[in-house]
Amino acid sequence: MSHDERYATMDGNEAAAEIAYKCNEVIAIYPITPSSAMGEFADTWASEGQTNLWGEIPRIQEMQSEGGAAGAVHGALQAGALTTTFTASQGLLLMLPNMFKIAGELTSAVFHIAARAIATHALSIFGDHSDVMAARSTAWPMLFSGSVQEVHDMALIAQASTLKSRLPFMHIFDGFRTSHEVMKIERIRDEIIRQMINPADIAAHRQRALSPEHPVLRGTAQNPDVFFQSREAANRFYAQTPAIVQSAMDRFAALTGRAYRLFDYVGHPQPDRVMVIMGSGAETAEETITALNQQGDTVGLIKVRLFQPFSIQHLLSVLPQSVQSIAVLDRTKEPAAVGEPLYESVVSALVEAVQSEQCERLPKIIGGRYGLGSKEFTPRMVKAVLEEARQAKPKRHFSVGILDDITHNSLVEDPRFTTPQQDTTQAIFWGLGSDGTVGANKNSIKIIGEATDLYAQAYFVYDSKKSGARTISHLRFGKQPIKSTYLIEQADFLGVHQFGQIERFPILDYAKKGATLLLNSPYGPEAIWEQLPRPVQQQMIDRQIRFYVIDGYQIAQSLGLGNRINTIMQACFFALCPILPLEDAIQRIKDAIQKTYGKRGAFVLRKNEQAVDNALSALHSVPLPDAPSSQKTLSPAVSPRAPQFVQEVLAPMIAGQGDQLPVSALPIDGTYPLSTAQWEKRGLALSTPVWEEDLCIQCGKCVIVCPHSVIRAKRYDASALANAPDGFKSTKARWKEAPTQLYTLAISTEDCTGCTLCVEICPVKDKSKVSRKAINMEPLRERRDQAHQQWEFFETLPETPRHLLHHNKVKDVQLLEPLFEFSGACAGCGETPYLHLLSQLFGDRSVIANATGCSSIYGGNLPTTPWRTNAAGRGPAWSNSLFEDNAEFGLGMRLAIDQQTAYAQQLVKQLAAPLGDSLAEALLAPQDRDDPSIDAQRERVALLKQRLQGRDDMASRDLLSVADALIPRDVWIVGGDGWAYDIGFGGLDHVLSSGLNINVLVLDTEVYSNTGGQSSKSTPRGAVAKFAAAGKRTPKKDLGMLAMSYRSIYVASIAMGADESHTLKAFREAEAYNGPSLILAYSPCIAHGIDMTRVIEQQQLAVSSGYWLLYRFDPTLISQRQAPLQLDSKAPSTPLKQYLYNELRYRMLTQSHPDTAALLLRELEGDIQDRWTRYAQLAQEATEPTTAPSTPSTPA
Amino acid sequence: MDLKTNYLGMTLKHPLVPSASPLSHDLDGLRRLEDAGASAVVMFSLFEEQLHIESETLHNLLDYGRESVSDVTSYWPEHPNYASGPDQYLELINKAKETLELPIIGSLNCTSLGGWVDFAALIQEAGADALELNLYHIPTNPNVSASEQEAQYIEIIKAIRAHVSIPLAVKLHPFFSSLPHTAQQLAQHGANGLVLFNRFYQPDFDLDTLEVAPRLVLSTSDDLRLPLWWTSILYAKIKADLAITSGVHNHLDVLKAMMAGARVAMMASELLRHGLGRIPIILNDLQRWMEQHEYESIQQMQGSMSHHNVRQPQAFERVNYMRVLHSYNEDPTGRLL
Repeated sequence: MSHDERYATMDGNEAAAEIAYKCNEVIAIYPITPSSAMGEFADTWASEGQTNLWGEIPRIQEMQSEGGAAGAVHGALQAGALTTTFTASQGLLLMLPNMFKIAGELTSAVFHIAARAIATHALSIFGDHSDVMAARSTAWPMLFSGSVQEVHDMALIAQASTLKSRLPFMHIFDGFRTSHEVMKIERIRDEIIRQMINPADIAAHRQRALSPEHPVLRGTAQNPDVFFQSREAANRFYAQTPAIVQSAMDRFAALTGRAYRLFDYVGHPQPDRVMVIMGSGAETAEETITALNQQGDTVGLIKVRLFQPFSIQHLLSVLPQSVQSIAVLDRTKEPAAVGEPLYESVVSALVEAVQSEQCERLPKIIGGRYGLGSKEFTPRMVKAVLEEARQAKPKRHFSVGILDDITHNSLVEDPRFTTPQQDTTQAIFWGLGSDGTVGANKNSIKIIGEATDLYAQAYFVYDSKKSGARTISHLRFGKQPIKSTYLIEQADFLGVHQFGQIERFPILDYAKKGATLLLNSPYGPEAIWEQLPRPVQQQMIDRQIRFYVIDGYQIAQSLGLGNRINTIMQACFFALCPILPLEDAIQRIKDAIQKTYGKRGAFVLRKNEQAVDNALSALHSVPLPDAPSSQKTLSPAVSPRAPQFVQEVLAPMIAGQGDQLPVSALPIDGTYPLSTAQWEKRGLALSTPVWEEDLCIQCGKCVIVCPHSVIRAKRYDASALANAPDGFKSTKARWKEAPTQLYTLAISTEDCTGCTLCVEICPVKDKSKVSRKAINMEPLRERRDQAHQQWEFFETLPETPRHLLHHNKVKDVQLLEPLFEFSGACAGCGETPYLHLLSQLFGDRSVIANATGCSSIYGGNLPTTPWRTNAAGRGPAWSNSLFEDNAEFGLGMRLAIDQQTAYAQQLVKQLAAPLGDSLAEALLAPQDRDDPSIDAQRERVALLKQRLQGRDDMASRDLLSVADALIPRDVWIVGGDGWAYDIGFGGLDHVLSSGLNINVLVLDTEVYSNTGGQSSKSTPRGAVAKFAAAGKRTPKKDLGMLAMSYRSIYVASIAMGADESHTLKAFREAEAYNGPSLILAYSPCIAHGIDMTRVIEQQQLAVSSGYWLLYRFDPTLISQRQAPLQLDSKAPSTPLKQYLYNELRYRMLTQSHPDTAALLLRELEGDIQDRWTRYAQLAQEATEPTTAPSTPSTPA
Repeated sequence: MDLKTNYLGMTLKHPLVPSASPLSHDLDGLRRLEDAGASAVVMFSLFEEQLHIESETLHNLLDYGRESVSDVTSYWPEHPNYASGPDQYLELINKAKETLELPIIGSLNCTSLGGWVDFAALIQEAGADALELNLYHIPTNPNVSASEQEAQYIEIIKAIRAHVSIPLAVKLHPFFSSLPHTAQQLAQHGANGLVLFNRFYQPDFDLDTLEVAPRLVLSTSDDLRLPLWWTSILYAKIKADLAITSGVHNHLDVLKAMMAGARVAMMASELLRHGLGRIPIILNDLQRWMEQHEYESIQQMQGSMSHHNVRQPQAFERVNYMRVLHSYNEDPTGRLL
């Protein structure tokens, strides 16, 4: 290999998208992990004016869902365009109906799929084949790729084959492992693509299109007389497709030298055992089988390329005669079937071959599962499978890669086995999401790929937090082709980019003997040794580590680069890892900086270049002593006070050891306890708030806006301070009704992200020094232990009884116990304060349906959850179904609750005698929703249970099982704008129109936040987002107005940072309304491109400029002849620009397309003015009583 | 009637020049100024510090959250065409020179020597006819002396002069211990013109929020007196063209500026407050006054009432100050103005 333009370093998504873009005219897209990047590449290329093979800029169309994308694809295909899409997982499932149609109509198309697990007991964004296997009955040919090079190649082979065969193809590669692996590949030139695509096939495709010039009818409805025969009419197309694909592969081989077969055999020429596998696992299998054969084994491997149509003939052509047993591996689980799909296909094929005398005997065939949800698949596992295949009585249906200590299906691995990695250097880097480590490593691997003859591979692992996420980069490079599709276990180089990580994680476990360790450390070469935990010191000595330190943060901060140490650490890596002459490497880093940052201004460029120059002189070698001397130990993952489940199950996950958990440790149905985030202390913030009790007016604003619920207030009797630790702050409570009580505002510093919103909103300033507020940020380092101790004591102080507090006052609400805390959301998140408030007000009586999105990730992504219970064990019961169905999911909950309530009431009437008439009567009386009434009902239900205990009649047993439904319950349906405005809109509309008592909270960030900032129908005109790179041209959908048009739905539009009292009022009114309610909550987001420390001020500007309206629409006012709409905003008084241009999403266009920006600004100003006028008019409208809605109630 | 004047090597059709303001923010604005009859325009200032902040902000916001969550490489579409740095400013000068006849004077404020030199060269390259250096530094460090501070100014003008050939004007603030000396130094080291004076956006206090808030206050004719005074003193002593840029609101202000010794009278507040229609009105008034008072040309009156040319030069000196105070004491209304 040489560094010429034939080679490029890219990931699997880009490799697929590049071919798809060149070969198609229409691309309908919708974001879903891990395939979103393909659509983003296509959108970016189109916005840059890049053309396809025929000189056209493909038309990229974002749709409202994958179902919509599939429909648009179907339509475009019927109209004759070469059309594609990209998807994964649930997205693919939403495409199934159209896929059946497209196949049934024999229409050429390729869908590129980054295969991902389907949500079952839990959502997983990670890779396996359960999605594509669920789609196999659509009868689309399924072509698998196992590496980034294969993705590039198979994308083209699929395109050529679909046009020739008329069958639509799924081109499949493993989500994350291949879609996100960066690899040096040989790029396919346009002339080769042209030679692969037959113009006559394209002409035929277009000729079949619908056209009024030669009209046909397609999509008929057929009767029993002909439907069946018509289905059979397509048989020959399936029969000839394997040969067509092989022909395309052969043509491709002639053009590129890279040869593929439908089933590729590698390994011993006369093997006794053969593994059959497809996808990225085949690469690891090949690496392992090669190593085993070199050690004298006789094993082989069949890589399946074309899974269906499954060609028995082609399989037999590569299956060695000598094979005694075959182990078939599936990356999916179909527990109700005899075996998984590839296994069943191989068994069927060989049985059929024997019975039709194409094959003399039937080898032993076993099947197993591996790699579900991106579980690692390593050489040890391959060896274990082949060892199992050798057994006289092997497990016929095994799993590998886990410890199944329940059904004992898992195989035992040889922990000592590894494959030789000759001439390959392996490096692992531990970083933080915000420090640029991953980006720098992507650059490094590109430099290595482009500047040397070496093969190169990079893969990145992230944890699931959105703030302070840990990233681990795995880089391999060397003279041999790299087939290791698994994480590095023994590295030659370890880069630890944040000091705290070496105190918490067993990083040295990954070090080879003689490995280099580069540590970003605030301690210099003389002081560092004593700061390391003793086990780390011992491992460094044992493994003869070459140890280097650098204070990267100091360099970055001195240059004003914050904590972005990426280029600094990158320069050190090249200095310590002799890949290139250092000068050459440094120049290439600077070239990369120029390429990446060049357009951000000379100033930024200079600073980053300076960082590189300063790095090497600050890099220090540290000699190792002969013996460890530290008394420090590795920090435990959780406190010893944590409950058993947390200690045994969640702690290993937190420590990065979740792979070691056996099947028996895990809940069987995905059900997990609440109150666990409190044990995952992440210690992210370097500075945290400090309360100044002498200044504080106890308004509670800081408590209500804190995105991570780390600021808490309590009011208590002085006696509670008897055991207070030194320095614990308190002051006289400022409540008239509690004149003798004390007040404390406490901060959980270990859970704080340092976002500073509390300081931002604090209204109090010291009269002698205005920079001092009642709460101020101060460095934590010196007071960490004391702060933690004070927090622990604060937690022991009693909560103020809820009935003593005015729930309509922010000042009192601060004292309500939150049942949502310490989430992993971004620092400064605009969504979480609303959930925190919801939990304070209604948490102990709520069932929450949460749409997939940011809130389901920070709310329900393991290892821990921020949702918690109160001292009585009550709290929000939370679940996530899907992205698209959340409103319906919540509606179902309401239906169930109402049904059970009605049944319970019926049984109470029936059992009035044993219960006692007065209790029955009280239980059946209409229930108020205030705390005392609910508490009273809870007591009555407890009494009911007591009185029915021991009764053996059916009615009593039934009532005991549904009695809790007699206690009023809220149903909250929570999700983002991607759900509410786009994919879930149809369902939301239906649910809102149902009249049922549900509460919908839309956390409106005006963009798809969780998938990385794609435009939604909530995105306003003029904003730049992915899929709207040149600024969105259409206005934001007015969801509130649509809901108000029913005139029976309570609707509120709120912005907590602008008016927290209004927010509180809206929540309380929505919950109190006996019918559907909709709250649209303005939620600042990092995808707005805003300084997240300023989001309070930005919300105020949003409201004062008219960008975001505050209003409440209360249908109950209609019957009182009052205008139901109350416009709580004042007329716009701030110029819109003052709001907009604080945000990159609006500024960006002024810098890239100033004329368009000016035009869209005028239009947006018009939108906002029109909306204000419209709402102002509506707010003035008196309502005729005849238009009053019927009382919302449960439909009969 | 000859209204022509020479300023920074250019012959301008009259001395009324719009100074740096939002009126020059885009090509349409520049065109409107030309259509209104302006003889030249000083562009709004390019601030190096602002460019740095914008560039850094862009950088930080683009990178925020990047590569920190699975499948989110960044929150932004890849955009190869950000116009960051001075690109938009330079492009505006370039377009203005291509499409308008109006002489364009660039305006620059930098925080580093390298910035002054680099941006000055870029503005010259973009086609500006001259460059006004908005040279000020607010001294907050008590360890820096006036002479050290002034030496830095001289250093800057020398460095720019070494790299730029177009005429340079320096816009000064009035807070020098010896303005004539500083002015002379600047002229000796490359300044072709001096513009008197810069009006800082002096901060105000918001008593509701206890915040320091910058507040722009438009000038009035009273503000003319300070630059008028110093222009009169500097005239004929300093080898540089003088311009007055504060408090010019009507033809009388223009006349005073000319008589003090200015080559041009610059205005912004009047145009911002009352619109560009004021330019032809003031010119008309100017011409009529000159006719009534039998002046033949602007050049005829330039410097006629300067310190150099008045009968009692001490009128500009301390005696004058004392006399003013005295007159206030005698004010019959008893008001302090």
